[in-house]
Parts: sequence; C-alpha cells; structure tokens
Amino acid sequence: MRCADEHDLGTPARKDGKPVTLEVDGVPVTVPEGTSVMRAAAEAGVAVPKLCATDSLEAFGSCRLCLVEVEGRRGYPASCTTLVAPGMKVRTQSKKLAELRRGVMELYISDHPLDCLTCPANGHCELQDMAGAVGLREVRYGTAGANHLEQEQDASNPYFTFDPTKCIVCSRCVRACDEVQGTFALTIEGRGFGSKVSAGGTPFMDSECVSCGACVQACPTSTLMEKSLIEHGQPDHSVVTTCAYCGVGCSFRAEMQGAEVVRMVPNADGGANHGHSCVKGRFAWGYATHPDRITKPMIRRSIDDPWREVSWDEAVAYAASELKRIQAAHGPGSVGGITSSRCTNEETYLVQKLVRAAFGNNNVDTCARVCHSPTGYGLKQTLGESAGTQDFDSVEDADVILLIGANPTDAHPVFASQMKQRLREGAKLIVVDPRVIDLVRTPHVEAAVHVQLRPGTNVAVANALAHVVVTEGLAKEDFVRARCEAPAYEAWKAFISDPKQSPEALADVIGVPAETLRRAARLYAGARNAAIYYGLGVTEHSQGSTMVIAIANLAMATGNLGRRGVGVNPLRGQNNVQGSCDMGSFPHELPGYRHVSDPAVRALFEGAWGVRLHPEPGLRIPNMFDAALDGSFKGLYVQGEDIAQSDPDTEHVQAALRSMECIVVQDLFMNETARFAHVFLPGSSFLEKDGTFTNAERRISRVRKVMPPRAGLADWEATVALAEALGYPMRYAHPSEIMDEIARLTPTFHGVSYEKLDRLGSVQWPCNAAAPEGTPVMHVDAFVRGKGKFLLTAYVPTPERTTARFPLILTTGRILSQYNVGAQTRRTENSRWHEEDVLELHPHDAEQRGIRDGDRVSVTSRAGETVLRARIAERMQPGVVYTTFHHPMSGANVVTTENSDWATNCPEYKVTAVQVALASSPAEWQARFAEFLEHQASLLPGAAPAPAPSAAR
Amino acid sequence: MEPTKLVKMANEIAAFFAAEPDPKVAAEGVASHLKRFWDPRMRAQLLAWVDGHAGAGLVPLALEAVRAKRADLAPR
Repeated sequence: MRCADEHDLGTPARKDGKPVTLEVDGVPVTVPEGTSVMRAAAEAGVAVPKLCATDSLEAFGSCRLCLVEVEGRRGYPASCTTLVAPGMKVRTQSKKLAELRRGVMELYISDHPLDCLTCPANGHCELQDMAGAVGLREVRYGTAGANHLEQEQDASNPYFTFDPTKCIVCSRCVRACDEVQGTFALTIEGRGFGSKVSAGGTPFMDSECVSCGACVQACPTSTLMEKSLIEHGQPDHSVVTTCAYCGVGCSFRAEMQGAEVVRMVPNADGGANHGHSCVKGRFAWGYATHPDRITKPMIRRSIDDPWREVSWDEAVAYAASELKRIQAAHGPGSVGGITSSRCTNEETYLVQKLVRAAFGNNNVDTCARVCHSPTGYGLKQTLGESAGTQDFDSVEDADVILLIGANPTDAHPVFASQMKQRLREGAKLIVVDPRVIDLVRTPHVEAAVHVQLRPGTNVAVANALAHVVVTEGLAKEDFVRARCEAPAYEAWKAFISDPKQSPEALADVIGVPAETLRRAARLYAGARNAAIYYGLGVTEHSQGSTMVIAIANLAMATGNLGRRGVGVNPLRGQNNVQGSCDMGSFPHELPGYRHVSDPAVRALFEGAWGVRLHPEPGLRIPNMFDAALDGSFKGLYVQGEDIAQSDPDTEHVQAALRSMECIVVQDLFMNETARFAHVFLPGSSFLEKDGTFTNAERRISRVRKVMPPRAGLADWEATVALAEALGYPMRYAHPSEIMDEIARLTPTFHGVSYEKLDRLGSVQWPCNAAAPEGTPVMHVDAFVRGKGKFLLTAYVPTPERTTARFPLILTTGRILSQYNVGAQTRRTENSRWHEEDVLELHPHDAEQRGIRDGDRVSVTSRAGETVLRARIAERMQPGVVYTTFHHPMSGANVVTTENSDWATNCPEYKVTAVQVALASSPAEWQARFAEFLEHQASLLPGAAPAPAPSAAR
Repeated sequence: MEPTKLVKMANEIAAFFAAEPDPKVAAEGVASHLKRFWDPRMRAQLLAWVDGHAGAGLVPLALEAVRAKRADLAPR
C-alpha cells in the first residue's frame, strides 16, 4: 500500500520523447511520446480505474479495469498498455465501459473476503476504491463458489504479512521485486485459477526476499501488509524526512499517529531513491523507541563508579568543569571532540565549532577518518573537491560500470537496485573485489569481468589498467590536453607506461591473469560512458589515498568525467559521511574543505565566531588514542560515535580510553565507548530533531522532527548547552539558523536554506549563485581545481604480510541487515537475519584445518585474538577469510591492526594477516570483555551491584 | 607518542612521494604533507627523534624532508 499522500499516475513517466498532444474526455493534454494513455489521462486530471497499474512499474495490462474507448479504433483497449498518438481522442467513461468494469470487479470481489471494516487496508485499499469507482452494487456470482479464501497466511517475515486470501494476482508485487528491487524472489506459481504469488515455494523468511518492502508498497490490497500498520491502524499524517542509515540517503514519509511512527514509506519524489527502500530504512526504525534508550543525563567521576542520573544542567556543568580543569592542567590541546556521520550537518558543524571556538584547538575528527578520509584527500588533490562527481541517476547513462571494493547490494541496497536496472538494460559490469560479491552473478546480471584480486593490491590493479589504457592508445588525449595539467600528465604517462606497471608484470602480485586485466581495461576505456563506483574496499587500506588518486587518474585519462554516465563515485558508508566532512569535521579543515593554515579562511570564521582560531592541524582519531596513551590528551567529547567498537585494534583503543580523565559520550544507547565515559548525554534519534543530511551524491536533504526528543533536548541543543557552560555562548533558535550560518561561511553552500530545501525537496552542493538549484554533475567544463592533476601512484605492498604463523588474510565488510556497529539494527528484528558475526572461509582453508560449517574458530592476528563461528563459503577465495563488526562481542577489531593509510591514517580494515583454528571456548579477550560488560551494567542506575572485574582492567 | 609509530608513518608518506623522479620535489611533498596533516606535537616528536637519534629508522627521503624543511615543520 503506497502512501495516501502520493498521487499514482498509473505508468512511469517517459522523459525523452517528443511532445504528443491528445484529448482525454475532451481535455487536451501534451505528454512525451511513449507515454501511456492512462498516464496522459492522469496528467489531464482524469483518473482511469486501475488495479494492476502503478507508476513505479511498467504497464502489464492484466486487470482489464482501465479499458477506454479511442475514437476511430475498435474495441476497448487497456489504457495502461496503449500509447498516446497525436490527435488521439480518448473517452474514459461510457455505459459500455462502466458495464465492462463492473463485470471485472464482480469477478474480483466474488473471490475476496468481504471483511473491509476489519481489514488493515480499510480506507486505503485500491480494490475497495475501485469497487466504489465503478459503482459495484452487486456480485451476481455470490461468494460461495470456488475461491482462495481458505489459503494460509505467511507471517514469517518479521515486518510484513502475506495473506493470499486478499490477493487479486495483479503481479504488482512480483514486478516490483523484478523491476524495482531486481531480486526476482517472487513469482506467480501455477496457472489459471490456481495462480498464486509465491516466494519460490517457501515462506518469505526462507526465500531470496531481501525485505526491501517494494512488494508491500506495490500491493493494491492488504495481501502484503506491514505488521506495524496491522498493529496500529492507519496514520493520521505524514512527514517527509531522510533515512538515518547508509549513504544513499533515501527520502521517506514517516507516517504518524500523533507522535508515534506507524510506518516509514519511501518517498516517490525522493531524489536519491525515487520511492524505493531497503530493509533498514523501511522497517528497522524500532530502535528509536527501544527500552535500551538512555533518556537521562548521567555522570560519574571514574569508570568504576556507579552512574548517577542528574539534570541536564548538572551533567553539562560537570562536563564543562572537567574539560576546563584538564585544559588548565595539561594545556589547551589536551581535549578534543569527535563528530558523527550519524548526526546532522548542523550538529557536526556545531561540534567542530565548539572544539575550535570553545576548546581553542583543532582536535576534531569524525568517523569518516575510518572510512572515506582517503576519498577526501585523493579527490581534492586530483580534481579539486573532496566529493563524488555524479548524482545517482547518472548511472542510467553508464555503458560500463567499474565497481571497485564495494558491495552495493548489501551496503547501498537502494542504489544497487538502480545499478542493476541499468545492467539489465545492457550496461557492462567490471567487478574488482577479492570476494564473489552478489553482483558478480545475480538474476539477470553477470559481470563481464571479475578481477578477483588479492586484498591489498588495488593500486597494482589500477596501475595495470592505466598501463593498458596508455600503451594501447585508449587514452582520450583531447580531453586530457584540454582539461588537465600537461606536465603532470606527461610525467604520469611516462610512469604508467613503464613495463613494470603492465598487467603481465603485476599479474602475480594481484593474483589475476594479465589477460583478465587487459580485458577490464579495454572494456572500461572503450565505452562511450564508463563510470567508477567504489567503496571501503578502496579506502580502508594502507594505500587507500593512493588508490583514490589512481581512480581519478584513470577517469581523467579516459575522459570519463564531467557529464552524465561517467565519473568517480565514492559510495559513502553512513548517511552523513559526506556532510560531516563538508562541515569541517577534519582537524586540518574548516567547513568547505579549507585548510586551517589559510589566514583568509581563518579570518572569515574568526569574524563570524568572535574568537582566534588555531592555525595548526589538530589530532586525528588514531593520533588522539596515541596522545592519550602518552599523557598529552585527556578529555574527549564524542557525539554519536562508537570508537570503542568501530576503530581498529580494540585493546589499544580501550587502553587509550581508560587513560583519559573525562570522556563525554552523547548517544542513544550505552554504547561500547560509553562504558569508558564519565559523562553520558542522552542523544536524540533522527525522528526527534530537525536538520539535514548530505548523501553520497552531495544531496542535502531535510531531516524533520516527528516526535519530541525523548531526553528533552535534541543533540544540537546539548552541544549549545555545553558551549554555553564552557563560556562560549551559541545563539540559535532552530537548526535552520545553523544552516544559515553554514551557508554564509561556505561558498559551496551559499545558496542553501531550509526554505529552498522545503521548496525543491533537496539540493546537491555546490549550491550558490552559479548553481542556484544545485549541481548534480561536477567538473562539467573545468575541474574545481582548474586543471585536473595526475599524480604518480607507485604500488607499495602493505606492511601487513602473511607468514607461516599468520598465513591467511582477513578482510572485513558489511551485510545487508545490520548497520555499522549495530547499535541501531541490533535493536530491531533485523537481527533475525544476522544474529552474530561469523567468519567466512573457503572450503579448502576449512578442510585443511578440520573446520566444519558452524564450528567455533579462533582468529588470531598480530594484534589479538577472537573466537567466531565459521561459515564455509565458496564466495571466498582460498587464503582469504572475511567477517563483519556488527556485534561488539565478536571482537572483529580486536584482530585488526593499527596499520593505516599513509595520507589520512584511515585504518587498514581490509588486510590483516591471521591464522584460523578450531576453538573450544571464547577468546581470552572475549571472557575479559564479558566480565567488563557485566561490571559496567552493574553501575547503571537501578542495577544490582556486581564485583569489580579483576582481569578487565 | 611512540617514536617508532611516527617513524613508520613518516616512512609511509615518503613511500608515496618516492615515485616522484625529482628528489627535491619528493622531499617537499613529504614535508608539506607532515606540515598540513600532522598535529604540531607529532611533528615536534618527530623532530626530536631526528635530533636525538639521528632519525634512526627513517628512510632517506623522510629524513631529508624533515631536515630540509625543519623550520617549517617546527610547531608555531
């Protein structure tokens, strides 16, 4: 059931056809060629009855309800499958049409339970609406004949039910799964009267269904229905807001009953998602009201003291006094802050402002440090801007897609669906990934080339591809001459043409035959439009920044920048990674990626903020840990991040956190970092505040408050209170005023305002006088830095080497149902799909070690050891194992090392040398951690006291 | 901070700029990166290591960069 606030035009829009004018019921209307009569009628304000048509799906023509008459034509064509023609005269109402439609409806209703008053779709059911629209007054066939009313309901999925008794077999669900989501999990089983919707003959929960919700939304009856709607009833209003999960940044309508969410429905007008969703954004929002939420501020002097619930005033005053005491004792640089990609632009802007203006230093960093900081560095150096070059819709014009180190079907599912649509239309796919990710082979999609490289050899791959481009004459020299710095290009060309960079020379390093690399290079460079999409498999390496630069080099050399269908597209992990970086969260940059050493930039902010700003870069997150351990960093304000779980080498991180004197954590839950904190400020979920998120395509979208903050203050208000207590008042009545300040101070945001966002729905920065409605594609006529700059990208092997002691490579990643540290999704039914993190390994590696599927295995690296359950998986290559970090007790980051990207210190999560062996008990760390958790739980208000742990300290 | 860690980080920066054929440009690249991205206390500790331990463990390019741009790298 789609959102009641949305108007369904019946069939999809046609964009490029020449205008065709026709008349519908005497009303003239002009639409693009290729448009259906049904849609033309809707655009003329005439609603043609329909059941199997909906404007998110191609016309199907099965329900026979949308019949019309066309002057000069015989019969009664279906308006959904009949295309407009110039001068066509369409009649949508006549006695005969009414008779035909009533006849159709009679048949439907004769096999439909007449329980409308108790049906969850009551009032929003299209079948009910159509019965009314056609004037159905009787069902001559009765309801006693052969029917489907005894069929069993499937309630296996935690979020929706499938009730076949209500099904009219319109195939909208099947088509939504095929056309929109691209999973092809549903089918119509049987023939004729026996036809029924089936999830491959199994309950939904056991099927290929990924719970994206597309089928539920497409269903015109209550056959597929959200359980939340069944429980609550229909909403009384809806509010458009933005999902708080991944970097796709889907627009949703939060359907509400008062201040309670009834369901989240993807917004058809959403610029990033066009009405599609995934299991997280669509269904996994229950964490916002989970009983684990901490809703009262708490303080304690030591992490072994019990927490004491206090007022906001007392908590903030205590935090401020501690931070000031530390600065007085250890110097101004002894405290810092961490902003979160899970918070809004306005909130991250305020935290960095607090650090710079109230703490008086640049010790601010953000979780992009551990994901896409190399993107910021590499794209700034080469193209001039720390952001992806395209909008998502650009993929519709891509002929070749080069996907590197990204697994969009799990991590960016809604964009993956859009990508799959383009691939089904015939675009070619090159996958560069150590694993056989789903996109290598999925229904109706098969990669043309899979470069199944050894983890850690990305740069060698990019160099080999570029070598082929240059030496086989595939470079677009005209583009390069016009758009790039000539000397740098010549130097790069000489470097990359060296036979040492050839596929043949690098094949052994990469672990892929030279011919495969050559095929990939020719395919990419030979395309009319070729686009690169990449993820954390590029950035989270010791050469993360080098690889981003190599990607930019490749795109420049082949002329694949500055228009639709091409580009360099980083798929950002979290919802506001781009935004948190834009807002000046890095210790070396003020908002808008301007270096703190630039006196003119500092003067601008000094004038606005009324303080002197420090001209030197501050500490990055890993540097903060090191400085904490050497005693020069003692206080930290962490908003919405969980560094104790997400950052590498957990034991090192925990030792650093233990060494600090005041850690202020602001979060929804008692997360792993909060267990080391001295002040807990309760956070507000995305449903409880106003603000904006900026997604991976630089799209700024509004986050709108639909319920009051459970703890009384929105996150931005807590930061304002802390600033005030530190003696630096911030005066904002509403987040819109924070955005106004950002816009005043940031050239790429000069044209952004809440008024504009409300009017346009969203805008992509740069949004300013030169581009008042935003910039979907960057670098169109020139690069932001002027001329594009090629940089030399020598392949340097990671210091993390396999040895006889650590013979396997561990690489880490994400899965569809869980999100990042799992604090949100673990508190939803999504955990039914992923109850624990497991270690995937190839059957060969398993057999060598006597490991069977489900066995407990130890994973040991130079940094530490943990124990996980094994899952034997053909998608792994021999010698490479894989896990996720969604559950704290799994300790994936106990094993990962401190190795990091040379330029940004982004951790090398993707390459850790390990040994795997059968284990009979949890790792020592896990036992100690369990004891620590038990002790910390006993310190929460109302908890029973527990003995202090011995080994945990 | 542990000097060995700073040395390792400086060497990794040098490994990137080592691809540059002109050693002077390469050294400038290393120094500029240290200046633009390292907190002053990290730079001070690296300078102290170069002074106190003759830059033990630093690859020649990193050592050359630190020595050539010592004044720029000293915290303000």
